[in-house]
Amino acid sequence: MTEQALFKGSERYIASPQLALAVNAAMHLQKPLLIKGEPGTGKTLLAEELAAALAAPLLRWQIKSTTKAQQGLYEYDAVSRLRDSQLGSDKVADIANYIKPGVLWRAFTADQRPVLLIDEIDKADIEFPNDLLHELDRMAFQVYETGELVEARQRPLVVITSNNEKELPDAFLRRCFFHYIEFPDAEQLKAIVDVHLPDIDQQLLDQALSAFFSVREFPDLKKKPSTSELIDWLRLLLAERVQAGQLALDEQALAELPLLGALIKTEQDQALLAQPLKRAMRSY
Amino acid sequence: MFIEFFRCIRRHGVAASVTELLDFLQALQAQVVFADVEGFYHLARLTLVKDERFYDRFDRAFAEYFEGVSETELSDAIPAEWLTKTLQRQLSEAEKQALSGYGSLDELLKQFQQRLSEQEKRHAGGSKWIGTGGSSAFGAYGYHPEGIRIGQAGSGSRRAVKVWDKRQFKDLDADQALDNRNLQMALRGLRRFARQGEANELDLAATIQATSRNAGYLDLQWQAERHNAVKVLLLFDVGGSMDDHIYDCQRLFAAAKNEFKHCHFYYFHNCVYEYVWQHNQRRWQQRTRVIDLINTYASDYKLIFVGDATMGPYEVLYPGGSVEHWNDEAGQVWMQRLLQHFNRAVWLNPQPQSRWRYYASLQLINDIMQQHMYPLTVNGIESAIAHLR
Repeated sequence: MTEQALFKGSERYIASPQLALAVNAAMHLQKPLLIKGEPGTGKTLLAEELAAALAAPLLRWQIKSTTKAQQGLYEYDAVSRLRDSQLGSDKVADIANYIKPGVLWRAFTADQRPVLLIDEIDKADIEFPNDLLHELDRMAFQVYETGELVEARQRPLVVITSNNEKELPDAFLRRCFFHYIEFPDAEQLKAIVDVHLPDIDQQLLDQALSAFFSVREFPDLKKKPSTSELIDWLRLLLAERVQAGQLALDEQALAELPLLGALIKTEQDQALLAQPLKRAMRSY
Repeated sequence: MFIEFFRCIRRHGVAASVTELLDFLQALQAQVVFADVEGFYHLARLTLVKDERFYDRFDRAFAEYFEGVSETELSDAIPAEWLTKTLQRQLSEAEKQALSGYGSLDELLKQFQQRLSEQEKRHAGGSKWIGTGGSSAFGAYGYHPEGIRIGQAGSGSRRAVKVWDKRQFKDLDADQALDNRNLQMALRGLRRFARQGEANELDLAATIQATSRNAGYLDLQWQAERHNAVKVLLLFDVGGSMDDHIYDCQRLFAAAKNEFKHCHFYYFHNCVYEYVWQHNQRRWQQRTRVIDLINTYASDYKLIFVGDATMGPYEVLYPGGSVEHWNDEAGQVWMQRLLQHFNRAVWLNPQPQSRWRYYASLQLINDIMQQHMYPLTVNGIESAIAHLR
């Protein structure tokens, strides 16, 4: 543990001790770290800040529903080779000219140990994580076209995020460490806000936070506001010069909070907040 | 080393494997944490638990292992049969708040003993007796802020609340079967690959043909990729007698959602009438007209009903038969409308098949479905899917 830098969060990113432990354990044992948590709890940001803290390059692989595991390794551009052959180009003789390295390849061969972010892995097809098992385990793969074996010079630090849209296969999970980022409590949230908005009036912040938590605890909200929405809201409050006294703390009047649109993003939720609590409960 | 701990965790239903145990031991050896129980707790959770739904089980196992508190003391006094998990009530936050505490622990224990002596039969649901799934302070799988959990683990002794005792992840434990893989494999039978969408795959055969026709000058041909094109519309019966089957339905639901890209679901109560809904909590505010279902989803959607089909025969046969509202048209009229529109439909019934003949309404529905009612078991689903194809 001594020879390695310890991650403790950074000036711009407040990491809970548990999260720091998870990152350090993954770093030390060279296991991929799977991060889940509510949207807006800073899953993606973690990889960015980790890379910054370690002064390592960040390689980001944004997963979409059409992403294939193979694309992360390399792609063989057969079509342009075929075209070149028709045009009589010299490049055609060497197949390596048409192999395009993917993100994993670049991560494996980087000079310095990189942080590899596989973002929103749950967006991909069900088979996607299984297709990557071997590569993440051995940190090596074979290029069939050239017979070349691409091996990791040093195992990259792999951070994987998921939003729970699909369940991940057990075999894949077994190879990862798993951490669930909890929604920060009031104290942590205050620390986070301090990082982003150091000049905010403390009284305003206290009131805003208490209003924010009342909104979050309102029953049956479809989309609870998260940290990033809180920060946006506070920025707006500052820009509009809302004074400390103007934030209603009465639960009945949550719908009348100034600039609520920054916190509540769907029409249904706004309507829900507008109706008194009693009516919301009657529907059970 | 820590074998007993590992076994304790597995006993509590966290599916950790030996690989993970070895990872954990390695991490300990590497001294990622120092002599510190809380660090140990977090490290163990990081390496052994792979889904936040199991955090709560892990917390309970951890508490049991480290406190050495036997969880069986109270359970032994109660016939296990009472606690069979038949009901899983999911209370909303608001309801939880409405439940008030019972005061101190001693008082709770006293009440418990008293109730135990008063009660003679197994009980489920309700808010007074000892049993499962209710909101009484005593019993398992239910919710009460100061409840005593029996047969569900946890201990009734008083001690300082530590991280694992807070049980913050209680709500995340869906208590889902660990192996809905069987179900998923059964559903996989419904896969139908089709080429749809953007053409971004080289069609080799067509390219060769086109190139030859083009006197050897390359003419690339593309085709769309193969996707699982099966579309599924699930209608779940909720409430009433279906409460007993919530567990099976959740498993089916999770498996179906994972397996099919085009999978839509709605709820109904007992029989389908004018409306279905998507959120049980807001079923009166947000409803979908059945006519809209028919107009929205093409007839190649596979329609799957899930319900026990046990109700009064009036609920199927007569206008005004619904137990919840006045329906101008009988349930069977709505059923027929759906069946006419969708080419393939089945009804999955969580009741054991041996009991089907005792319910008149079940026979009625089965006739309406033209005998395409199948039991909600892996085999039943396989036969149902054979029909849906």
